[in-house]
Amino acid sequence: MNMGSALGLLTRRTAANDQSTPALVLEGAAKRYGTTPAVDSLDLSAAPGELITMIGPSGCGKSTALRLIAGLERPDAGSVRIAGEVVAGRTRFQPPERRRVGLVFQDHALFPHLTVAQNVAFGLHRSPRSGRRARVSEVLELVRLPHLAGRYPHELSGGEAQRVALARALAPQPAVVLLDEPFSSLDESLRAQVRADTVAVLRETGTTGILVTHDQTEALSVGDRVIVMRNGRMEQVDTPERVFEQPATRFVASFMGDADFLPAHVHNAVLTCEIGAVSTLPGWAGADVDVDVVLRPHEVALAADPASAARVVAVEYHGPFVLHTVRLASGRTVRSWQPHTVRHPVGTAVAVTVAPDTEPTLLAGDTAITSPPATGSRVKRKGTSAAVPQ
Amino acid sequence: MSEAAVTTQTGKAGPSRAGRRGRHGFPGFGAGRPLWSFMVFVAAAAVAVPVVAVAVDGVAGLSGADLPRGLGGMLLTTLGLMLGVGTGTLVVGGGLAWLVTAYRFPLRNVLVWLLVLPLAMPAYILGFIFLSVFDVAGPVQAVLRAVLGAEAGIAQVRSLPGAIIVMTLTLYPYVYLLARNALLEQAPGPYDAARTLGAGRARALWTVLLPLARPSLAAGLALVMMETLTDFATVQYFNVKTVSVGVYLVWKGSFDFQLASQLSVLVLLFAVAVLAGERLMRGRARFHQRGGRGQGLETVRLRGWQGWAATGACLGVLGAGFLLPALQLLWWAAGELATGPVPMRAEQFADYLANSVALATVVALACALVAVVIGHSLRLGGGALVRGAAQLTTFGYAVPGAVIGIGVLLAFAVLDDLLEALGVAGGTGLLVTGSVLGILYSYTVRFLAPAYQAVDASFAKVPPSITRSALSLGAGPARVLARVHLPLVRPGVAVALVLVSIDAVKELPLVLLLRPFGFSTLSVWTYELARENFWEKAALPALVIVSLAVVPVFFLFRQVHLTENRRKGH
Amino acid sequence: MRRRSLLGTTGFLAVVMTAVSGCGVPGVGAESADLQVYTARHYDLEAAFSEFTNQTGITVEFISGGDAELLERLKAEGEDTPADLFMTVDAGNLWNAARQGELAALESETLDKAVPEDLRDPEGSWYGLAMRARTVAYSPDAVAPAEFDAKDTYAGLADPKWEGRLCMRDATSAYTQSLVASLIDLHGRDRALEIVRGWVANDVQIMSNDVLLLEAIDAGQCDAGISNHYYVAREQAEKPDMNVSLHWASQEGAGTHVNISGAGVVEGSDNPEQARQLLEWIASEGQNAFVDASYEFPVNPEAEPEPRIAEFGEFKRMPLNAEAYGDLNAEAIDLLAEAGYE
Repeated sequence: MNMGSALGLLTRRTAANDQSTPALVLEGAAKRYGTTPAVDSLDLSAAPGELITMIGPSGCGKSTALRLIAGLERPDAGSVRIAGEVVAGRTRFQPPERRRVGLVFQDHALFPHLTVAQNVAFGLHRSPRSGRRARVSEVLELVRLPHLAGRYPHELSGGEAQRVALARALAPQPAVVLLDEPFSSLDESLRAQVRADTVAVLRETGTTGILVTHDQTEALSVGDRVIVMRNGRMEQVDTPERVFEQPATRFVASFMGDADFLPAHVHNAVLTCEIGAVSTLPGWAGADVDVDVVLRPHEVALAADPASAARVVAVEYHGPFVLHTVRLASGRTVRSWQPHTVRHPVGTAVAVTVAPDTEPTLLAGDTAITSPPATGSRVKRKGTSAAVPQ
Repeated sequence: MSEAAVTTQTGKAGPSRAGRRGRHGFPGFGAGRPLWSFMVFVAAAAVAVPVVAVAVDGVAGLSGADLPRGLGGMLLTTLGLMLGVGTGTLVVGGGLAWLVTAYRFPLRNVLVWLLVLPLAMPAYILGFIFLSVFDVAGPVQAVLRAVLGAEAGIAQVRSLPGAIIVMTLTLYPYVYLLARNALLEQAPGPYDAARTLGAGRARALWTVLLPLARPSLAAGLALVMMETLTDFATVQYFNVKTVSVGVYLVWKGSFDFQLASQLSVLVLLFAVAVLAGERLMRGRARFHQRGGRGQGLETVRLRGWQGWAATGACLGVLGAGFLLPALQLLWWAAGELATGPVPMRAEQFADYLANSVALATVVALACALVAVVIGHSLRLGGGALVRGAAQLTTFGYAVPGAVIGIGVLLAFAVLDDLLEALGVAGGTGLLVTGSVLGILYSYTVRFLAPAYQAVDASFAKVPPSITRSALSLGAGPARVLARVHLPLVRPGVAVALVLVSIDAVKELPLVLLLRPFGFSTLSVWTYELARENFWEKAALPALVIVSLAVVPVFFLFRQVHLTENRRKGH
Repeated sequence: MRRRSLLGTTGFLAVVMTAVSGCGVPGVGAESADLQVYTARHYDLEAAFSEFTNQTGITVEFISGGDAELLERLKAEGEDTPADLFMTVDAGNLWNAARQGELAALESETLDKAVPEDLRDPEGSWYGLAMRARTVAYSPDAVAPAEFDAKDTYAGLADPKWEGRLCMRDATSAYTQSLVASLIDLHGRDRALEIVRGWVANDVQIMSNDVLLLEAIDAGQCDAGISNHYYVAREQAEKPDMNVSLHWASQEGAGTHVNISGAGVVEGSDNPEQARQLLEWIASEGQNAFVDASYEFPVNPEAEPEPRIAEFGEFKRMPLNAEAYGDLNAEAIDLLAEAGYE
């Protein structure tokens, strides 16, 4: 488990460590199949050594984006640059083998007819013969599998296969490594460990990585930045904190963690909704608009209050925390995390409040807003037509 | 909350920018490699040239000649024959595959591969033997008459059902082979799932294994259908007037080659329907085999009479399709050797044998090579156009051999004229029509389909991520082919080599038509004797053909056997 | 290790086979003899040709194949064709080849004298070289020869008295087609159709080759059938106890149906002189070498038939009308289909 020793073995850093040039740049990259756009005008710039996670519902274009970067698909428009070199553009298309992009797949895609060492050495055919053996043992040390060099893929466990796949992708020192749901075929118990090891290796080698996942926790915990994709577009590209705490859209808010939406109103810099005043919004003094407020369960406080019209309708025990679902007078529900010592049985009347110092996200329509809309009269809650005076 | 509004990263100028930059690359090529895609087009063109030459010749000569009487009947008969042989081979081939895979019974380990042997028996030989044994003058009916009286007999041997039986007996191994591979290489997961959901073996077979084996069955069936379509010898023995018979009738009987080529376009349409059907069968489903965990199909020991009944069923099919005909050939050959002068032309025999073996080997290698290149190119990407071209390369199998032969002649006559017009003295100098090169070319055109089907099936089992990994590791297409694809599709290549070499050893019309002076093969020798009705004399070369074809069948068995052992564990 | 060896074996085999195919294939494109013959006839050609070579020093090589296929090859090869002679087993095919301009006209007194007028092309494009008769074979136990209609034996088989007693060849057989074409030529289409319908009405058993047909007669499955004379001779030679006799058809009428195996010099021949020589030799001194082994009749009246077929006795033959055989063949096929003859 000592990754420090592995560090010392690294004699070479990846070539993408020129800090001034982005390791990967997408500009307006688009791909359509027939008339349906698979991805639509992607823009991204990844700094060297950055680890970016990519998440979205299935069919959102994650795989297509990876394939465009890897060169497995020709973009219909836009360009892809890797370590400063244009690999796909209007007049240029570099095939995958010329791109210095490593790929790690969910099914590992190890060559079944080659040993572990041969798999790892596969990408080293352009480097001097003398250095290959050393490089193979180097990367196998890195993933702590030097003792399995002679095994065939079918003789490996899932975790071992995953690490071999990573070692194989890293061996040629790619500018970018793309990891396509690399942990999803692993057992839950194994996953956290393999993930931690993988991230450690990527960090140590300073490798730029794009990791596709469908696990929100993974996306938030692993990435320097998180890309949330939907319908072929990037809904938000941001740090994990901002993606979670300041989601850009209703979709991001609901996809990245639990969220409930309540209709709310801002008047005189005070945000109120069904459960009362939520917070004050400096800078909204003159605003008088309808919005939706995003409430995360950890921001919602409960207190038994027989006078309240809100009732607990479900209680889920999660070990350290207990998730309460509360039906408000309007019939809407909100959820609340409570410490495991607190349990309000189903049917309990509870007062619902928002935890102090909460700065909840506000939505106008499906988009987040942080300042009052310029023409407040145009911002209204769906279904209401109340004009708001300036 | 921060001061700046959070903006989404999706570029607002997306569509218009896309429009301005235009499409990258060539439509229809996908991300494929121009060079490799080009090779697929070359292969497709090479196959298409003779076929198109015949079609053009046929259409150009639309003489207004009456279509042969009973064309409608021919179409119906063709349909009926295809339906019958299709059902027959599915039941016999699929059933036997299930039997030897799911059960253990006496002699099973030997029967597993013996059951492939009927592939080695040319249909034209089996058809004749079948008739001479079962027709009115043959021993079976004689015995029946002796036992049951003068009126006894088999209703009508020379009939559609008779032809269906004989063709089923020679062609079922295609389905058997592919079905058995499909059963063996089945990912065990779905089967186990079905069993745990309360399905018995039979239900799991019908609801899970069979649907999963469907692409393999369809591929086998497509081969059977194309063989059925182009068969001329068997159907003629059995007096079954298919469109192929119509082709020969108007060609040889009415001296109207153009009408014949028009009819062969009709045969081609049938083939297109068969191939389209096969594609439809595959449908949108994808059948990349994933390993998965589980036991999979477990073999059950059949005891007592059940075991022997299974053995009997296998032996029955094998006996009718191979053992008895081979014995009959042996009998005739022995009789010939005992009585008359030895019909074996010793000095030429070595030549014929060498020619047959060399031709079969070279053609098998050529077909396998082209098939691998096509499969590889498709793997590298390549759009609908390339896929269409790849499909086109299988059409040669659906065109009667003699028609391809003429197509090759016509095509090279045109090429010759072109060269001469361009000032090349003597043109091709008939380099192709009168040489082994022409034979090799036409064989490759004709036998690309079985090679492609086998290799394609193997490629289907290689997950696309393997190819992508290899490319992303910096291996160019050639290196991916050599180091990754070729080793992984080796089983398919082996099957391709075997199927093509068997077909090539048996092939007659092409070599007959295109061979240069002094070039002869065993099949030509057989034909020359058979054509004079010297069936007993023809038995000897026929036997040699059969035993030659047994050699690759044996290798095929080894391949299947290895696969099975690998599957069982090490 | 195993894997390597398998791949290695394949590679090795490839090399060996390419080598074999390179060296073992004789005459790639090159012609090694004086004369090249495309022939649909194969039987014992080698013996006849080597006798010709012994006598003249002219060497001959040939390839065999189907008439129609070889004709298409000739046409495709055009003037580049290596062939000097085109030899078929059917007058219709010769007529067709001549009609398509593939055969060169010859002038040869020897040939004109050796080959009867109706067995050769009036223009000299082709010459009959061997003759076969298609007549009735019967089981002497079941049939008295007097039962056959002496004037028109073929038509006579349509008589209801033959019901359930007949075996004949299939409609795809060139023999059947040529016989029916001659019947159309002789009687007109309507009468010919009536005859064939009569055969069908008699529940004729269709056989897929003449040998099976003769065996069926021998086995008692039918009493009489139509066969080439040489199959009767051959079967009798091979199976002395075979109980099948031959009867010359229509001896008091138009005569027995005959067809020829013949040849013509190819239009694009680069050696027409020696090709003519070969034709002349086959039609004269070479007659017996050419026809005896296959029990065919010589076309040259001066040549003696092989003893076994000589035993069948002299017969009157229906004059051969090659144009009718060629031109009416398609109609014969159509007629057979119309009559329901399979």
